[in-house]
Amino acid sequence: MLRVQNLTKVFNHNTVNERVALDNVSLTLDAGDFVTVIGGNGAGKSTLLNCVAGLYPPDAGSIFIDDANVTRLPEYRRAAYLGRVFQDPMMGTAADMNIEENLALAYRRGRPRGLRWGISAGERVLYRQMLETLDLGLETRMQSKVGLLSGGQRQALTLLMATLHKPRLLLLDEHTAALDPKTARKVLELSDRFIQDGSLTTMMVTHNMRDAIRHGNRLIMMSGGSIAVDVSGEEKSRLTVEDLLKMFEQARGTEEEIPDRMILG
Amino acid sequence: MEQILLGALSLGLLWSVMTIGVYITFRILSIADMTVEGTITLGAAVTARVISLGASPWLGLLLAIVAGLLAGLITGLLHTKLGIPALLSGILTMIALFSINLRVMTKANISLLRMPTVYSPLMALGLDKTWAVIVLGGLCAALVISLLYWFFGTEIGSAIRATGANPNMVRAQGIHTDTTIILGLMISNALVGISGSLIAQSQNYADLQMGTGAIVIGLASMIIGEVLFGKRNFFLRFLSMVLGSITYRIIIALVLKMGMPSDDLKLFTAITVVFALSLPKIKDLINGRLRPRKGGV
Repeated sequence: MLRVQNLTKVFNHNTVNERVALDNVSLTLDAGDFVTVIGGNGAGKSTLLNCVAGLYPPDAGSIFIDDANVTRLPEYRRAAYLGRVFQDPMMGTAADMNIEENLALAYRRGRPRGLRWGISAGERVLYRQMLETLDLGLETRMQSKVGLLSGGQRQALTLLMATLHKPRLLLLDEHTAALDPKTARKVLELSDRFIQDGSLTTMMVTHNMRDAIRHGNRLIMMSGGSIAVDVSGEEKSRLTVEDLLKMFEQARGTEEEIPDRMILG
Repeated sequence: MEQILLGALSLGLLWSVMTIGVYITFRILSIADMTVEGTITLGAAVTARVISLGASPWLGLLLAIVAGLLAGLITGLLHTKLGIPALLSGILTMIALFSINLRVMTKANISLLRMPTVYSPLMALGLDKTWAVIVLGGLCAALVISLLYWFFGTEIGSAIRATGANPNMVRAQGIHTDTTIILGLMISNALVGISGSLIAQSQNYADLQMGTGAIVIGLASMIIGEVLFGKRNFFLRFLSMVLGSITYRIIIALVLKMGMPSDDLKLFTAITVVFALSLPKIKDLINGRLRPRKGGV
């Protein structure tokens, strides 16, 4: 489903600030895989996700989605394959537009846009049904500006937008990090449900070790731009936070520190 | 007094089309597009040249629209494809247009006295010039508002609106933000071109300098429209641009009547815009909640 081959990304090439963010990373996700990605600051997890999403081109290596080579495809064209939810709740929606307009924009992802009306009556029915499944009461506020929603509501809406059409790959970039613990849990539960119901192939970057263990069928720990740990199935389900911390101690580079919130989460 | 108000009404309607153009870039795309200063003269220049060559004034209006589209295209390409900041892209096109406008006109101004204009048919029906301008300007503004209301409800129009609000999200939804920005700038400048054409025909001349300060007039009209007439739904927002533009002209007519020298007009307009744009800060100051804000223009 996703095949990353020998991916390398260096920032600030040939300057004193040169930093190897990804160092020859290879990774293959099978259809239906739900991978959680964990690692310290600067370990390369966000860079990996951003390379897959097409925010910037890698310096070397290639990325395949469904056997299509997307390495050189710009972000907006790669979007047809991807559903994305971002860390910043402001990032995934247009605050100035209302809920149904945001959904309508997402509904047309990967499809040609023309001079047809931006939202049809049939879509409204569909959106209402889907919003009901979020159980946040948003189905009665479809004309409300998204800017009026709370962070958790916006993340839930972004999640719905990302999965409106089944994406080949769902990318969750610390999408609960900016939320309070209770809301974070709710958004994670929603994510789990969407991923299971749609058998979505998913990559979820997180700072929270417990979440990384509790969710998904595979866990990757990154360190210094490479994949240091890769566990799945039985082995992953037996994993504890202590195990992970030990692995992290062994794997981490000299410059990386364990962020507090990684342990406390 | 009635004459003053009618004059303000006619001027306001002519400039309202440009105000809507400024609204599209400044509010919808979140870009301060300086191209406007050059495009308004360009629309006037193209129309004046076409008419002075003996061709139909309607052809002049049509070519003014095409010229506006092209001006917006250039600014859009400079900004998106060459990565030049939006403000500077607009300034560069504006400066370049100064030379181009001179080439179009071949001299610093063209008189259209006793030549046919788009207002001639209405005047042939017995309307005086002011009323002909009001009728045609009003029709034009109504047509523009209706078309834009439809357009910004379509799939492409929605994509343009979202681009100004959140380009990251728009790209994630598979929309090429370069395209939507360029389209927005083209539409905006086409409207400015229309304004320039209609203004030149109503004042019976095109002048190389007539665009100076146009962006500030547009912003002042836009803000007056927003403050006085609200910004509820999209249709009303466009309508409030027209009402703002008319109100601006009435205010100007009144302060001139009260004895302000017309030389100070641009200073007065600039101060109005500064005051209106800084209203949020001033409110903060009054409320004693001074804190650093994220972002800015």
